[in-house]
Amino acid sequence: MTEWATGAGWTSELSAARLHVVSGKGGTGKTTVAAALALALASGGRRTLLVEVEGRQGIAQLFDTAPLPYEERKIAVAPGGGEVRALAIDAEAALLEYFELFYKLGMAGRTLRRMGAIEFATTLAPGLRDVLLTGKVKECVTRTGADGRPVYDAVVLDAPPTGRVVTFLDVTTAMADLARSGPIHKQAEGVVALMHSPKTAVHLVTLLEELPVTETLETVGELAAVGLRVGAVIANQVRPQWLPDRSLAAAAGGRVDGARIRSALAGAGLDLPADVIDGLVAETVEHARRVESEAAAEERLDVATGFARLELPRLIGGVDLGTLYELAEALAEQGVGVGKVSA
Amino acid sequence: MSPKTVANRLDVDALIDDPATKVLVCCGSGGVGKTTTSAALAVRAAEHGRRAVVLTIDPAKRLAQALGLERLANEPGRVEAVGPGELHAMMLDMRRTFDEMVQAHATPDRAEAIMANPFYQTISSSFSGTQEYMAMEKLGQLVAGGEWDLIVVDTPPSRSALDFLDAPQRMSTFLDGRMIRLLSAPGRGIMRVVGVGFTLFAKAVSSIIGGQMLTDASAFVQAFDSVFGGFRERAEATYQLLRSPGTAFVVVAAPEPDALREAAYFVDRLSTDGMPLAGLVLNRTHPVFAELSATKARAVAEELRGSPLAAAVLQLHADRVDLSVREERLLARFTGAHPEVAVTKVPVVEGDISDLAGLREIGNRLAAPSPSLIKGKESLAKID
Repeated sequence: MTEWATGAGWTSELSAARLHVVSGKGGTGKTTVAAALALALASGGRRTLLVEVEGRQGIAQLFDTAPLPYEERKIAVAPGGGEVRALAIDAEAALLEYFELFYKLGMAGRTLRRMGAIEFATTLAPGLRDVLLTGKVKECVTRTGADGRPVYDAVVLDAPPTGRVVTFLDVTTAMADLARSGPIHKQAEGVVALMHSPKTAVHLVTLLEELPVTETLETVGELAAVGLRVGAVIANQVRPQWLPDRSLAAAAGGRVDGARIRSALAGAGLDLPADVIDGLVAETVEHARRVESEAAAEERLDVATGFARLELPRLIGGVDLGTLYELAEALAEQGVGVGKVSA
Repeated sequence: MSPKTVANRLDVDALIDDPATKVLVCCGSGGVGKTTTSAALAVRAAEHGRRAVVLTIDPAKRLAQALGLERLANEPGRVEAVGPGELHAMMLDMRRTFDEMVQAHATPDRAEAIMANPFYQTISSSFSGTQEYMAMEKLGQLVAGGEWDLIVVDTPPSRSALDFLDAPQRMSTFLDGRMIRLLSAPGRGIMRVVGVGFTLFAKAVSSIIGGQMLTDASAFVQAFDSVFGGFRERAEATYQLLRSPGTAFVVVAAPEPDALREAAYFVDRLSTDGMPLAGLVLNRTHPVFAELSATKARAVAEELRGSPLAAAVLQLHADRVDLSVREERLLARFTGAHPEVAVTKVPVVEGDISDLAGLREIGNRLAAPSPSLIKGKESLAKID
């Protein structure tokens, strides 16, 4: 389906990553791509965890299930065996979990939550919320089973959008908000180590349009500046180009030979009135312009380096559970998978 | 009786021409084209003779340049070559707006003490909701200045359109400082309220976020106390302004399930809060210009061996029909649940909107009745 003019595909380094963070500008479909990635990584008998952190219940909507609790649940079976579990992390619940663990708050914890005290604490130290969320993610990535092997072959995090993702992942800055010696500070140090290790890859979802590509490239730079690794840039909702290459530029310039189309169609037994031909011509011009602007956006991505490039097709019928499998399949065809997991 | 699924048309020109319309607030989830829609409405209003100002939040670079917004001024600047009315544009500078608000409500030394507090830095730059709060504050200032016929407001790129309405209240509640006071002076009287848990909680909080921050927060609240009344009144007045007859909300959505779901939440919320909704702008639609079914087009395309161009034209038409059917179905679902909401569809303009001509074209599409085949074609020719 896909050929890259330049840029690399999925690498073995990415197959070895354990935490896949998926971000993107609003409206680019990052939740869908994260879900498809979790499915693709689970295929062939693996187990992955798909995590959301923004309280949107986007995963439940996508998989058409009841809202997810703060609890890991199986939500899908992957092609060739394997399963995807899902978790919606809630910062307040995560904080209470800590309080419970370190201070034995008991019933008082719930009272304080009702009073808004938990929200207050996360408001006072905005970084605290991020540390709590990423801390829980880290726990899922590093958790091992009775056999000493990781419980999950890979964890896919549906992260905040590009505007906030660098602050969210760069917990080092957020740690400035935290007491130097507290229990959460210690946890945050572990998060920093994980995020900056080869075990983590940050993937950015974009559309082949000017603004999303600009924001993607800016984010690539910002991530690199804080030492976070960009894994793949995934162009989503890529639409087919129907026109022959030689007709493209002329069509985009508004030059489409309606008379020729009319006679070709008539030759195939389709006689169309002039206004329908005019309509077809107008649609063709728009199509050509869109193809050209997508190509221009793609060229800007081609110039940048340092990340893999993947593509997903636009599904005209929209995304449902069945089409998620199609997207996962498309990712697998481009090499997406889990490498040998070391114990 | 089957539910109504064909929406009333949102008459954009009637809205912007009406002298009673003083404020238009454009809301919607991220990535649906709010900024472009706001700018296009303001341009059109100015060209209909009104003295209009658009308050943008985070415009794309080239659009910002087109509106003369290369640098942050935090005050409106005139955009040339738009008339017979006037167009002014500005970009919100969140930090400066906050500073100015503090300066306006506090004595000079108090203001200085507040602005030097490390906690103020957090609140004024990274508190979630500051941007929304400051956008409302700026809107309040623009209204109070009384120089504008029409103020068009773009809203911050939050996940949910509801954030714009909720953030000021959230921030106000937070700054009210009840919890801060409790935490900075635990012990006195509090035990009676929450019992022993609170002391433990205070200990836990300070062990997690550090004693210094609580001290800063407490000092901030004390200094802030004197100006807080003024703040709260302002926020309340601006919120009331949003409910006044001169204000209308324009909800912007793309023809995608998520964006329309957000739009539906927002519409419900406006109705609960008694806020006036002008209608829904359904952005970037793909109307079909040629009357020919997708099935027929694909069948003939398969047969057309000799003419790759004609075959391609039929295939791209068939895709467009499918897309359009989907968009109509999504809109019908929205309209079925919200039959009272007027809608205008804005057919997609391929490529980037980065100049006044592009904004005018969006304006034309905003104001046009649902595109017929011919209208679509004419308006297409104009953007060359």
